[in-house]
Order: sequence, then structure tokens, then C-alpha cells
Amino acid sequence: MQTVQPRSLPLRLPRVRPGGVLPILAILAVLLVLVGIRQPDFLAPQSLMSFLGRSAPIILLAAGQYFVIVSGEFDLSVGSLVTAQVVVAARLIDSDPARTWPVVLLLLAFGALVGLVNGLITTRLRVPSFITTLGMFLILVGAVYLWSDGAPKGGLSEEFRRFGRRAFEDVPVLGRVPYALLVLVVLAVAAVLLMRSDFGRTLVAVGDNPRTAELSGVRVWRTRTFAFILSGLAAAVAAILLGGYSGVSFQAGAGLEFGAITAVVLGGVALGGGRGAVVGAMLGALTLELLFALMNFYGVSGALRSTVQGGIILLAVAVSATRSSSR
Amino acid sequence: MAAIAAVTLLSLAACATDEPAASPSGSASAATGSGTGDQSKFFVQADYDAELALLDAAPTGPADKPWEQVLNPTMVDTAKFKKNGPHKICFSNAALNNPWRQVGFKTMQAEVEAQKSRIKEFVHVDAEGKDQKQIADINDLLGKGCDALIVSPNTTATLTPAVEAACKAGLPVVVFDRGVNTKCPVTFINPIGGYGFGHVGAEFVSQKMKPGGKVLALRILPGVDVLETRWSAAKVAFDKAKVDVVGVEFTDGDPAKTKKIVDDYIQRYGTIDGVWMDAGAVAVAAVEAFQDAGKPVPPMNGEDQLDFLKIWKDKKLTAIAPTYPTYQWRTPIIAALRILDGQQVSNPWKLPQPTVTQDNLDQYLDAGMPPLHYAMCGCTDLPGYPQRWK
Repeated sequence: MQTVQPRSLPLRLPRVRPGGVLPILAILAVLLVLVGIRQPDFLAPQSLMSFLGRSAPIILLAAGQYFVIVSGEFDLSVGSLVTAQVVVAARLIDSDPARTWPVVLLLLAFGALVGLVNGLITTRLRVPSFITTLGMFLILVGAVYLWSDGAPKGGLSEEFRRFGRRAFEDVPVLGRVPYALLVLVVLAVAAVLLMRSDFGRTLVAVGDNPRTAELSGVRVWRTRTFAFILSGLAAAVAAILLGGYSGVSFQAGAGLEFGAITAVVLGGVALGGGRGAVVGAMLGALTLELLFALMNFYGVSGALRSTVQGGIILLAVAVSATRSSSR
Repeated sequence: MAAIAAVTLLSLAACATDEPAASPSGSASAATGSGTGDQSKFFVQADYDAELALLDAAPTGPADKPWEQVLNPTMVDTAKFKKNGPHKICFSNAALNNPWRQVGFKTMQAEVEAQKSRIKEFVHVDAEGKDQKQIADINDLLGKGCDALIVSPNTTATLTPAVEAACKAGLPVVVFDRGVNTKCPVTFINPIGGYGFGHVGAEFVSQKMKPGGKVLALRILPGVDVLETRWSAAKVAFDKAKVDVVGVEFTDGDPAKTKKIVDDYIQRYGTIDGVWMDAGAVAVAAVEAFQDAGKPVPPMNGEDQLDFLKIWKDKKLTAIAPTYPTYQWRTPIIAALRILDGQQVSNPWKLPQPTVTQDNLDQYLDAGMPPLHYAMCGCTDLPGYPQRWK
């Protein structure tokens, strides 16, 4: 089996930096080979571009979740935030193209606001983020239900939907480049630059040891709150892309928070914070999506997805726990 | 280490593919196209035969008011419920949690308004999709002096005792949409049903596609009787037509998931020659998946939601829309008033279940109505149309 090959990889590189992106790159490479064997057409530019485009929302959510997790917290509210955003957008736009841009701005502001509230409750009221964001999750689910009487109303304009659905056509070599992919690339670069800035270093330091960070003059609460805001913003962008991809639905964001957390963990980021790279988290999301695509090519029932996702979370956390204790 | 872990997991997942899917509801989707799988345990041959016969039956009643029509009526006497009006009518509703129920309930409210000279009060309690709440709701309503009780049960078995208790209280009970396991209500109102729905769509798709082509069946979720009957009838039709059902997948009614599933199948098989679905909510997402992949949209079925009818017309699809008509929400009010008048009503009250086809598509398309509206609402003559449904 092909699986023997990568097994020796960590042995040849005995000092893999904890939280580095090498393991996830290795997994991704293996998956690509497996996909290439089973379904060579998938690696053609056209279908690869379409795959990357439709994976953009979960990759962005993973990046948003990364900021929160690396600073030592959790954000369980992103899935319901995405649903809320899509439903709100449909009702406010109500198929009127002229309202597209104001609503996009409003969604970004709404995402940031939810992040701010999550952050302030967690840091200032000292509610564990697990509880804060679980509460926010339930509040958003209930509020959306109440506001829409249980079924989405209105509709998204074609102008709104193009971000998630349309593409630059006839690009040389690549064929069709989805707008969503461009949005992803720009924001991914921004995320990497952000993590290389002072803020990024502070964020990791806060997750690694909040006490030390506090003593060395970092305002921990402010840093963590900002991480939550980034996660909320990522959810807003993901909602715009997802709503565009598939239209308004009550399930738009269902389960995305677990997808994002799985991706982050798979990308080598330590739960509890302080270790891992944003690139790893995003590659984790890409790997997860590729794994699901592969499962489809091999004819595995879609119902197994959540089982696989759960298995990955448990395994990856167990592996990282073993690794850090043996350090 | 992480690499080893994930690779191990992956190889486990890959090994699992060699085994046939064990699920009885037939979620089989092996790469070889294992077909439609075992028949659903909800399938009852006699019911199936009866429903298919009803599809061709001629209804009695006014032709322009299908919500007052009955297929194969069997009248029951209601003289003992005769009472002077105006009446207080109470309604225990399973839920309002999807567009179909939203449209239906608005239609019912409008019917109440249209009959306001005869109804002094209309009490509505929403069980929010919870059996326990609906049992309590029915119990509460029994103490509220209702002249008639309408119940749209959340689940069949669990709500049966509550409906029986209501019958014992002596007031006329009218059940509609989903049924209960008791004959005590004065009448049970519903359209032909799931076998008819599933059969119409599957027969159309297998006739319109190329022989032996690949069909993708999309289902909302397993284990719900009304949806299981739709699939089991489709399965019979597909097996008979010997088409290659390459996948039976569950979408959870989620357009994003639907679009990904359809996209996956297009990637895997190159083309898909027909799409069948057990409910129309995600039909547009399936159409978009073909459009976005640059493929022609194959023959398919949807439902009478306007977003699908519109894209059908605009993109000139080869399509059909069996319906589970929302006009059935008018009938319980009409039935309750007839019962309180002591007039005979049919029990069961089987409503016709029209199909939207290429020929009558234009008559159901209404550009002014919202995309999630159901065309078969029978509501255009009701007070507040169209604003109430927007």
C-alpha cells in the first residue's frame, strides 16, 4: 500500500518542529497521490480550481478559528453565525441588487460585533470561551429562528451570489478561477502577514503562557478579544461565499464550527494555544476537504464524514498530547 | 506522528469501501453503482397499489377548488356534532419550521378570515416540532371550550393517545397532513401521498433519460415515513425501468451539501443522466451544480416551489414537479365547519395531488411571489392575497 511510504517520513526528520506544517504537508501529499490514482481527472486545472473555490469558506473559517485557538480559547459560535448571516442577508437584500454592498458591509460589521461580544464576555467576565461561544451559538440559532419564523425569507441577489458562485472565465492554463479562490488567497496572505507581525507573536505568546505574557506587559484580554473579532470576520466572509455558492438556507453553517476545529487540530495547532501556524490550519482545512472528496471517489457513504471528523480530532489531539509530554 | 495517525485513519476509511453498505434504507453508493439497495422497511405493497390507483381516479367536487374535492369518497354522518355558530375552532400544529408549513399555515389563516362570519375565534398552538409539547398543547386546548379541534400531528405513533383523548372529550376532531393510528377522528385529510409523489418523479426521469443511464437519487433524510414512501415508490419505478442508480445520498435539505454531492457525482462519473429527489427544497441547488460545472441539466423532478418552477422555465429544463399541495391546509377549516353544520363529510378525505408539467407550468408560475412560495397553495382567491404570502 502507498501508506508505507510516508510512515518513514517523520523518522527521517526526527526533529520536526512542534506545531510545524511538515506533517500536514505530508498528509496532503499522500492524499493528492491517492486522488491522482483513483480519479486523475480531479487534478485537472478546471476541477481543481472548482474544488479550491468551494473549499474557500471552510479554509477561511479554519484561519479564523486558528487565531482563537492559538490564543488559548475556542470559538464554537462560527457555524451558527454563518447561518445567521446568510439568513439575515437574504431577508435584507430581498433579491434587490442595489442592497448588495450595504448588506456585505453590514455582515462584516455584524461578524466583528459577535466576535467582540464573545471576546469581552470571555476575557472581562471570565466566562470560559467554551461556554461563551456555546451560549452565543444557541442565542444566534434562537434569534434567527424567532426573526424568520422558522423558515428563511427573501432571497439573495445575483450580485451577492457571484462572490461564491462566479469565476474569472478563460484564464490561461487554469481555465476558470473562482472569485472565492481569489478572496481566499488575499485573506490567506493577510493572515500570514498578520501572524508575522508583532500582533501575531503576541497572540501565540498569550496562548503559550498568558501569565508570562501579562507580566511582560501584554494586555492579554485585548489580544484575545481581537482574536475573537478576527474569527467573527472570517465567519462573515465565509457566510458571503457560502451564501453565494448555494443560496439561502437554514443549514448554511451547520457543523462548520467542528469542521474548522478539526481542520485546525489536523494542521498541527495545539488545543490550549501557543503552538502552530496559520498556514497549517488552512492546510488542515484543505486536507479535510480533500479527504472528503477522496472518500467520495472511493464510494464511502457521506454519512461517515462526521465519524471520520471525530476520529481525526481525537487522534490528532492524542498525538499532539503525546508529543508535547515526551518533549 | 500526526502523519502516521492520519494515514492510518485514511487507510481504514479506504478499506471500508470494499464492503457493501449495510444500511437497510439503501444508502449504498459504491463506485460500481450498486443500484437502489433493499426496499425500505416502510414500504407497504397494498398502500402503494392504492395510491397509484388514486393517481388516475377522478375526484368528486368542484373542479376549480381541488381543496374541496375528494377521491373515492366514503361519507360519514356528523349529525351528532351539529351546533349553532359562530364557532371557536382550535388548531394544534406540529410545527412551522419549513417553508411548506409556513405557506400552508398562512393559507389556513386566510381561509379562517374568509369564513369569519362563521368563526368567532381561531386558536392556534405551535408545538415547534416537539411531540411532548404537542401532547400538552392538545390537552390544554381541551379545557378551552373549542367547538372543533384540528390536529396536524408531529409524529404518528406518539400523538395517537393525545388525539384519542381529544375524541373522548366529545368534540369533533379533524386530523390532516400526517396521520395517527386511530380511527376516532371524524375525518383524516391528506393528499394521495408519498408513493404517488415518488412514483410520478421517478417514472418521468426514467422515461426522459437515455436508456440505462445514470440516475442520482437525492433524499432529505432517512426514517421519516412520508419521505420513505416517496423513495420506496421511486425505487420500484427505477428497478422496473432498469436504470443505473449510481447513488442514493442524503442532503439534510441543505443546498450547499446538495451542490457538493451533485458536483462530486459529476466529477466521479463525468455525466449524470437523471436526478430524482424526494423533496423539492434543494432542487435549485442541484440544477446550479450542473450549471456551474458547465454540464447540461439532465431530466429531473422538483416540487412546486417557485424558485424551481422559475429556473425550469428560464433554463428550459426537462422537468416535472409532483406536489404535496399546500392547499390541504384550507380543507380542515372547511371540514370542521361542515361537521359543525351536521353535514356529511368523507372519511378519509383524500385530496387530489396535481403534478406540474411542461404543459401547465405557466399557469403555476407567478413572478410576483417569493422564491420559497409553493405554487399549489390554492390561495389566490383568499383574503390578503398576495401580500399575506410575501
